[in-house]
Amino acid sequence: MSLLLFVEQLLNGLQFGMTLFLTAAGLTLVFGVMGLINLAHGSLFMVGAFAAAAVSAATGSFLLAMAASIAAAAAAGALVEVVVIRRLYRRDHLDQVLATFALIMIFSEATRWLFGSFPLYLNIPTYLSGPVTLPGGIEYPLYRLTIIAVGLLIAIGLFLLISRTRLGIQIRAGESDREMIAALGIDISKLYTIVFALGAALAGLAGAMIGAIQSVQVGMGEPVLILAFVVIVIGGIGSIKGVLIGSILVGMTNTMGGVLLPAFLRLFMENSAATAAGSALATMLIYILMALVLIVKPTGLYGART
Amino acid sequence: MKLSALILAATTAATAAITAQAEPVKVGMITTLSGGGASLGLAIRDGFMLAVKQAGNPDLEIIIEDDQRKPDLAVQLADKMIQSAKVDVLTGIVWSNLAMAVVPSATAQGKFYLSPNAGPSLLAGKGCHENYFNVAWQNDNLHEAAGAYANTAGFSNTFILAPNYPAGHDALAGFKRTHEGEVAGELFTKLGQTDYASELAQIRASGADSVFFFLPGGMGISFLKQFADSGIETPLVGPAFSFDQDILQAVGDAAMGVHNTSQWNKDLDNPANMAFVEAFQAEYGRLPSLIASQGYDTANLLLSAMDKADVKDADSFREALRAADFTSVRGDFAFGANQHPVQDIYVREVIKEGDVYTNKTVGVALTDHADAYVGECKM
Repeated sequence: MSLLLFVEQLLNGLQFGMTLFLTAAGLTLVFGVMGLINLAHGSLFMVGAFAAAAVSAATGSFLLAMAASIAAAAAAGALVEVVVIRRLYRRDHLDQVLATFALIMIFSEATRWLFGSFPLYLNIPTYLSGPVTLPGGIEYPLYRLTIIAVGLLIAIGLFLLISRTRLGIQIRAGESDREMIAALGIDISKLYTIVFALGAALAGLAGAMIGAIQSVQVGMGEPVLILAFVVIVIGGIGSIKGVLIGSILVGMTNTMGGVLLPAFLRLFMENSAATAAGSALATMLIYILMALVLIVKPTGLYGART
Repeated sequence: MKLSALILAATTAATAAITAQAEPVKVGMITTLSGGGASLGLAIRDGFMLAVKQAGNPDLEIIIEDDQRKPDLAVQLADKMIQSAKVDVLTGIVWSNLAMAVVPSATAQGKFYLSPNAGPSLLAGKGCHENYFNVAWQNDNLHEAAGAYANTAGFSNTFILAPNYPAGHDALAGFKRTHEGEVAGELFTKLGQTDYASELAQIRASGADSVFFFLPGGMGISFLKQFADSGIETPLVGPAFSFDQDILQAVGDAAMGVHNTSQWNKDLDNPANMAFVEAFQAEYGRLPSLIASQGYDTANLLLSAMDKADVKDADSFREALRAADFTSVRGDFAFGANQHPVQDIYVREVIKEGDVYTNKTVGVALTDHADAYVGECKM
């Protein structure tokens, strides 16, 4: 493999990590602050993508579509928090899993009812499409560089929000002691609605950004959810830094494993057998990574709690 | 009765009889109507029910159930239909893994199974059965046609990729069976994969003069959009599944000009096809897809057999099915010795008609093509 291809694949790993970060950031806020296992996070991802596709079809504007995805997912998130999630905080994780699993089905069938069963069209705008030539001669799609940039901006934004703002202080306080901050006169139920809506908005934006280079269809959120949970477990629950590092680790492992393992096996195996075996092994790699991290650090890389 | 009401009645009340005539033919349709693969099941159902409506045969009773793309659920539904609803004929399954779970036991219990889509190699070869008929294709067929097209297009160094599951392995094997050129690279992607950045980098680096891919449904949409955005200008070729009418609008410009192989297209010049395309649009307000044409042909095959024989007389009903005495919308249609189609497979090109992306037939890839497994079938 040439050096150029290797560097391009590293970039692909970083880019995949950033798409994972976009989807996992909202989930870790909700999981870390509220202690809630939200399986419907993938549905909010889907809501964002569908809202973006609908607005993009109506107005033709990509930026409006992104704004719509954030607004629609945040609104859906706030509604779901008030109607359903609020009743689940005191319940154990099994009840949360059951209720949010039901939400997945409700969201899926409602979306099918509204938009039909066929995939929708959502594409990247012309000013972001096509490849650009990077130093060294790598041709890399501009939109994928945009995803990396947006991911980094959101990481910085979230970091500042948590460490520098009043809301961030309340979120951190809520994470460590709920009763105490309630006693200090902070409206905890309002705080939770805000945090949940924020997490939903992040999921919605991720759905719209990623939907533009993938397929916008019912059920698009479920595969994303599993990897997002892997990232959170590796990074440590509730830690923004952990999610960022975890996402990049998983993205790199997944991409480089998928490239290097079959190439390695080809050295001493027949081509199609090596491809099949290498691809199968690469699929397992991220779970092996997760197991290794948990053996060394049971709370995840930057997590305080298990 | 309006068709929509008919379908509603069939889906809501699973065992509700649609006609009240004595001794009707009972058909159980198990297909995917919810979840990510629902567009395929809906197309089969819509095509099938259109033919049923047009025939207006009062002796046909149809039960429709949703398998949610789950093999275990499909098996349960099949058992229920066979044991309590006592169906005579089963049909509808989209996916090969579900077909493998349902078909052998259904045919062993003396039921007929007419496949509107899935054609796993085992059921065409060693596992063939006198009560199993495939109306669509054996899984490898469209890929073999893609290989044949690549030869005529002069592609001599092709990069090939497919998902890492049985139908993906069949796809690459099928392509290589007919393709005479070199393989520049071979990749298996994950089933359900949505990001193809790493595969695209390898395609670019391989120096291939063409790319063959089999990525059905949402995977194909993602791949085509990312391929177009990557700036790689190698010609693409693939089976019709990533270019079918129902998903083409979601791919948009990224699919323009791509050649794909199919045994049917909406512009095939025969009266049955023109009538089908017009009736389908009038009924459902959208253009029919390849998979809808397969559902339509399946129903017409069944109706043709019902005209000739009583389903309770299994031997003569089987003979009537084998004769395939119906007008297929794809033109000439006949069954081979393993009861899989022997048919022409066409090359289509994605074009834009007004605002609608669709396919135009541009040539024939394979003529009177049978499958590679017919010799293994001992019936």
